[in-house]
Amino acid sequence: MNTKGSKEDKNIKLLPQTNTFTWQLQNNMTIILFLLPAFILLFIFLVYPIFRSAYYSLFNWKGFGPAVDYIGIENYTRLLTDKIFLKAVKNGILIVIFSLVIQLPIAMGLALIVGRDIPGKAFFRAIFFMPYILSEVITAIMWLILYNPNPRRGFLNAIINIIPVLEPQAWLADTRLVLPAIFVVLTWKYVGFHMLLYITGLQNIPRDIEEAALIDGVNSRQMVTHITLPLLAGTIKTSIYLSIIGSLQVYALVWIMTRGGPVNASEVMSTYMYRYSFVRFELGYGSAVAIIMLLISLTFSIIYLRLTRNTENVS
Amino acid sequence: MYLNNSYQKQINEIRKKNIILPDNIKNFIQFLGGLKMRKNISIKVLTVLILVGSLCFSLSALAQNEPVTISWWHIQTETEHRELWQDLADEYMAENPNVNIEITVMENENFKAKMTTVMQSGEVPDLFQSWGGGTMNDQAEAGLLKDITEYLDKDGWRETFSEGALGVYAYKGRNYGVPRDMGMVGFWYNKELFARAGIDSPPETWSELFDAIQKLKDADIIPIALGEGDKWTGAFYWEYLAARIGGEEAFVKAATREGSFTDPAFIEAGEKLLELVDAEPFQFGFLGATWADEATLMGNSEAAMDLMGQWAPGSFKENSIDGLGLGDKVGWFKFPMVEGGAGHADDALGGGNGFVVGKDAPEEAIDFLRFISSVESQIEQAKIGLSVPVVKGAEAGLTDPTLKLVQQGAADAKYFQLYYDQYLPPATGSVVNDAVQGLFAGTMTPEETAQMVEDSADREIK
Repeated sequence: MNTKGSKEDKNIKLLPQTNTFTWQLQNNMTIILFLLPAFILLFIFLVYPIFRSAYYSLFNWKGFGPAVDYIGIENYTRLLTDKIFLKAVKNGILIVIFSLVIQLPIAMGLALIVGRDIPGKAFFRAIFFMPYILSEVITAIMWLILYNPNPRRGFLNAIINIIPVLEPQAWLADTRLVLPAIFVVLTWKYVGFHMLLYITGLQNIPRDIEEAALIDGVNSRQMVTHITLPLLAGTIKTSIYLSIIGSLQVYALVWIMTRGGPVNASEVMSTYMYRYSFVRFELGYGSAVAIIMLLISLTFSIIYLRLTRNTENVS
Repeated sequence: MYLNNSYQKQINEIRKKNIILPDNIKNFIQFLGGLKMRKNISIKVLTVLILVGSLCFSLSALAQNEPVTISWWHIQTETEHRELWQDLADEYMAENPNVNIEITVMENENFKAKMTTVMQSGEVPDLFQSWGGGTMNDQAEAGLLKDITEYLDKDGWRETFSEGALGVYAYKGRNYGVPRDMGMVGFWYNKELFARAGIDSPPETWSELFDAIQKLKDADIIPIALGEGDKWTGAFYWEYLAARIGGEEAFVKAATREGSFTDPAFIEAGEKLLELVDAEPFQFGFLGATWADEATLMGNSEAAMDLMGQWAPGSFKENSIDGLGLGDKVGWFKFPMVEGGAGHADDALGGGNGFVVGKDAPEEAIDFLRFISSVESQIEQAKIGLSVPVVKGAEAGLTDPTLKLVQQGAADAKYFQLYYDQYLPPATGSVVNDAVQGLFAGTMTPEETAQMVEDSADREIK
């Protein structure tokens, strides 16, 4: 394996001719030695399990003992024709779309407001960012209490009860309301994180560009659309990427609040996978779900990185 | 070319052997492990000798009552219950100084989650909580449990248990554990609320149940509490209705694949369940509620009825605001008979708790299991409401009048059906719970529900 990085070449030049070969070998050895721990960990905990999952996904396997009942791609055909799985995929896509069109603009708006020099900006930043620090479990339990349908126990319905025109809602127990209700929690929790990303991006915009624009006479709307947003493009790309990946992987909040229910109304791919793997003990089938999830995330990542790299080249 | 550096020497040695390092990790690891060692055979011999020696030593040690550790996992988190187990363990350890019992207490759901990983690693505890049935059968099939049949046959241990309860912990004629508790599901009700609604006696038939629901609604009382978010809570209704309508025959046929879960009894059970849902007897938002919410409504006298197993009064108490629960106000009646059904009004749906023995458990673990399954121990368990006893002669310990009814009901049942999610393979059991939720939500028809269960049964039961 002759990996010739620029560093090696530099080293070799400094050395006497006779020792070139040994030194090169030693150099490779050093590289291997340092890479090995990371490589082994990566292999054992990432690469190997993926292939193992792919292998199990071809079996009808309950998780005990060796997998022996080989069924080919039956798990995949069953999965891709299962209405509930398709619903989980649809719900995942809905959460992605909601995140992009609701959550990120809110985050951007907040960042533009509290990113400026306004009184109490540190206080507001802290307030908006705080939910992100909470663990998902605590967040879920807190909102479970807020969403309790009984007006005597649930804060939301207690308030609604006071307002004459509104009717108390069953929130998490209503098949039509449950997904929006969960999305509110997701937004509440993650908007602060994206806001922080944007604030950091805003601070990296050189002041002189803004000053130059001001001298040229732009108004504040033009400032945002022509100066701030284009210069934030890199941050926005990252934020969109993180938001989509995060939305596809959402699990703990949904599982604790609704377990994907009622009747799969809030099912997402990860809860579906968990149910099959660890509640129904169909680990072969669960592995197939995991592989499909991996493929979806991977395909998306590759396409997205391609697309954004192209636009970078153009600009 | 050689440098005066041992590291360099080793590198060159490898080069001579033509080993391309990055491609051949195995050899590289061996190289790291030290090439010298491999040549030294005497070390290997020595290792074998040490191993054999220590084996002999430990074998002889075993005979001399050397220390044994028993790992025991149970799920009794309530103080009183937990303490009883600890006291029994302490007592046993005092009598057998060589035995050390390590107790791990886990909450029900945590225990189930933990068991999934433990089962896959194959390192099971010596004694642990089990509900018998399909899950236990899978574990036994995978060789994770110890066959204790011969121990049960020794000195009449088997005869101390009631037969039906013990059978729940047997698979293909072999025993893997013993029960400590067996009860049945029935309606728990609040006598005070019934009186306020003007209901004189608990309903005995399906139509009487609807009369009671109407009276309770008229009195502005939530007729039935239900935490359908947990799914198993509502599945009881469908399972009981199937038992009342189709009797033992319908289920046995479906479960043995002679019949089907789409047989008329199961469809009709779904239709009856829809009738009940249409009467709107449950609290607002029951679809998203949990069993704890259900128990809270009962414990605080907000709802009048609750279809649940023998553990219900304890949970009412735990989830009540005053910490007292219903006390004397609680009553119990059997699931109403469906008019014209093939089943019997005494047929029972239920189940219980027990302990199974892990595959590597020492003899002492089985001896200890026998110790905690004694009549005296069972009486103690019954007294504090931990178990509805299964050992003959321990019924005397039951002081609670409603638990006596439950115990009597379970003993009277000619057809005793273990909960579907325990009896059927885990996958199918879980599908039953999921499918029935669809009925409660009105998103599935009785036919679709039955078909969903049938599809899973068809795949899982072979």
